[in-house]
Amino acid sequence: MMISLTIDDRQIQVAGGTSLLKACLDSGIYIPHICFMEESDRSPASCRLCWVEIEGHSWPVTACTVTIDHPIAVKTDTPAVRHLQRSALQLLLSVHRVECKKCPANRQCVLQNIARFLEVGLKPGRLQRRLKEPDVDGSHPYLDHYPNRCVLCGKCIRVCRNHDNRTALTFAGRGFHTVIRSFGRFDSDTVACDSCRACVEICPVGALVIREA
Amino acid sequence: MDMVLDPQEESALKQIETELADWGNERSRLIPILQMIQERMDFLPPRAIEVVAQHLGISASEVFGVATFYNQFRFTPPGKNPVKVCLGTACHVRGADIILENFERKLEIKEGETTTDREFSIDRVACVGCCALAPVALIGEIVHGKMAPSKVEGLIMRCQIEKEMAERASRKKETGE
Repeated sequence: MMISLTIDDRQIQVAGGTSLLKACLDSGIYIPHICFMEESDRSPASCRLCWVEIEGHSWPVTACTVTIDHPIAVKTDTPAVRHLQRSALQLLLSVHRVECKKCPANRQCVLQNIARFLEVGLKPGRLQRRLKEPDVDGSHPYLDHYPNRCVLCGKCIRVCRNHDNRTALTFAGRGFHTVIRSFGRFDSDTVACDSCRACVEICPVGALVIREA
Repeated sequence: MDMVLDPQEESALKQIETELADWGNERSRLIPILQMIQERMDFLPPRAIEVVAQHLGISASEVFGVATFYNQFRFTPPGKNPVKVCLGTACHVRGADIILENFERKLEIKEGETTTDREFSIDRVACVGCCALAPVALIGEIVHGKMAPSKVEGLIMRCQIEKEMAERASRKKETGE
């Protein structure tokens, strides 16, 4: 069933059951987002970037978690939305080592693009910069992980889980100390990593790279 | 990453392996099983994580991820002299972080780690319950109040001397002198 939406000043028709974020992106309306994956059925909404305001709601909501089942009117560019998005991006950048020239994701990095879109500087500004130690984690047999580039979107874990519901990557630790890690043994779960590059390819910020032999 | 287990730990782990079947293999059994292993071995060695993963049919990384979320689980064996530095409010105000860092420097390990000879381990604790003596550190069960950075080396030395004295005494006994 097609449902008609009003997004900013545009009218669009979308199939019921799609997420609002996907509907907007498909119609060429850009909403900043990092953790959203089209193929996955439930979005973790962990990047806190895809805020929109929906008429009738008293506060902004994340577009990736809204499933369209009736006509709604959406605003993607209100002061409240931009304020939340800028804060979320600044928080992500406050735990990010900004060394774009040395980073493999330079020029294709989602953080650079969103910062440009939201007109936010890459410097931490009013926030304190908190970096993790060590700068490179080599626990995985084939991959190097850079926790200070990582935005903890979890896409690598989800794409890995897609293979056979077993994952060689995990969130380890908690709070500020959370990192993406592997248990780090050559076992049945990492043996396939030699030829599979799914996590490296999906990483939006170049935090996972194949270790040079 | 490979850790050498002593013979006692080896046999404890073997015993646990044989008993795992009684614990069921649903995913929801993961934390109870980890708790059981931690209680019996005082820590979760890497091999135990692999054994549990295999038993539940999930990846070792996933078991590791869950275990690292909880402070309850540790991945290194506690040392023979477990050092616990209190970082509760009173101790924090009186500079507990300096005491902690001094232990870390002198023992050349970080908080949550164990020296390679397994003599010392360092942990931070929230409150020991004797705030009047802040800052406080525990070595084993003994509370050391009114700690100062300068006392750290003396305490470590004391443990080493006590160990050497005990060794001398047992040698004497053996040789029958």
